[in-house]
Amino acid sequence: MALSIRNLQFLDWKDINLTIGDGEVVCLVGESGSGKSLLLRAIADLIVSEGVIELDGTERSSMSSLDWRRKVGYVPAEIFWWEDAVGAHFPKPPGKQSLESLRLSPDCLDWNPSRLSMGERQRLGILRMLDREPVFLLLDEPTANLDETNSNLAENRLLAYIQERGRGGLWVSHSS
Amino acid sequence: MTTETIQLDYFDILFAGIIILGLGILMAYYRLGVTRSLAIASVRLVIQLFLIGYVLRFLFEEDKEVYVAIIAGAMLLVASREIIARQKRRLKGWTGFGLGASTLFVSSFAIALYGLFVVVRPEPWYLPQYSIPLLGMIMSNTMSAIGLSMDRLTSALHDNRAIIEQRLALGESSRQAILPYLRDCIRTGIMPVVNSMATAGIVSLPGMMTGQILAGAIPTEAVKYQIIIWFLIAGGVGFGMAAALKVIEWRLFDERQRLRLERLD
Repeated sequence: MALSIRNLQFLDWKDINLTIGDGEVVCLVGESGSGKSLLLRAIADLIVSEGVIELDGTERSSMSSLDWRRKVGYVPAEIFWWEDAVGAHFPKPPGKQSLESLRLSPDCLDWNPSRLSMGERQRLGILRMLDREPVFLLLDEPTANLDETNSNLAENRLLAYIQERGRGGLWVSHSS
Repeated sequence: MTTETIQLDYFDILFAGIIILGLGILMAYYRLGVTRSLAIASVRLVIQLFLIGYVLRFLFEEDKEVYVAIIAGAMLLVASREIIARQKRRLKGWTGFGLGASTLFVSSFAIALYGLFVVVRPEPWYLPQYSIPLLGMIMSNTMSAIGLSMDRLTSALHDNRAIIEQRLALGESSRQAILPYLRDCIRTGIMPVVNSMATAGIVSLPGMMTGQILAGAIPTEAVKYQIIIWFLIAGGVGFGMAAALKVIEWRLFDERQRLRLERLD
């Protein structure tokens, strides 16, 4: 069992219960503004919430928020970059093969983030999160800004990470 | 060596006021929307300074510790209110006022007491001629720096929420996530003091020193006081700002290092 949520409450949301097993991805579909992103932020411990959340049997409250956030990889719908070079955002910069598999230029790590297109931001944002090797993925419309080809590549990359490593994932989207 | 000072009358003040009148007309012509503020500030300046002139005269004549404490307390209250008034995004409730007042109190009073006991050493230590101007100069500069840096930090945290949350989500601590904004705030607060110190005597003659010279003091003596004052001001500004920013950081992040912007108005 990868992630277990019991009686989660935040803002107007009450008693959310959810269990996602190893190698499993649960897709949550809902209208814009229905609170999907808030749910991910609550699980990532970025907003105040009550209830029990466990990851591989370990309660969130028993570990520091920093450790918890390193274990749950959160990809927000809009990716931001703050350092002067893209590569400075990666603890272990991805190799040429990894970048090319998502149709990214091998040189892009040296670029200033302002040079990135929306699609490149999104794909690099996924790599930035996977680079930290999380044990559970929280994905907020991770392919929303991508064309069909890039969307399939990104989707396959995420699913491969989850299945090959036996991780879990919660994927939210406004469309199925 | 002291020279006789020129006694100014009310007409002299009126002549100087003509400059402000001209400035007001210029501001109105360009529709900058600050003419009213300039008029209010000028009237406030005149009333406040005349009032403090009489208060200080009374204090110097009475020379009592309790009166000095009352004036210092009043200065602290007004300065704390000014800090809050300058905030675009205030901490809810009395927290903002308390934060400004406590950090201003700790930094300004500690530095002023150091100045009185260790550096200037008047007899008695609270001698109003020394303690009130010293505290006033330290407090006014510290107030500006605390107000400015608090305003910048709360605005930066509010405007960059998404970036800060993404940094937290990647496992960074709250301190790491806001470090660029903290640095920017400290730079903003301390640089006016550093620049003034660096150009003092070359580009400008500092106000207190100029005042002493106009009042007939020997320039080399006035310089000594000015140097001391600048060092004390730099200490008050730096320590006060560091304390205020630390308290804001502590207040706007909770024990789980979550950004709590709902604690701002």
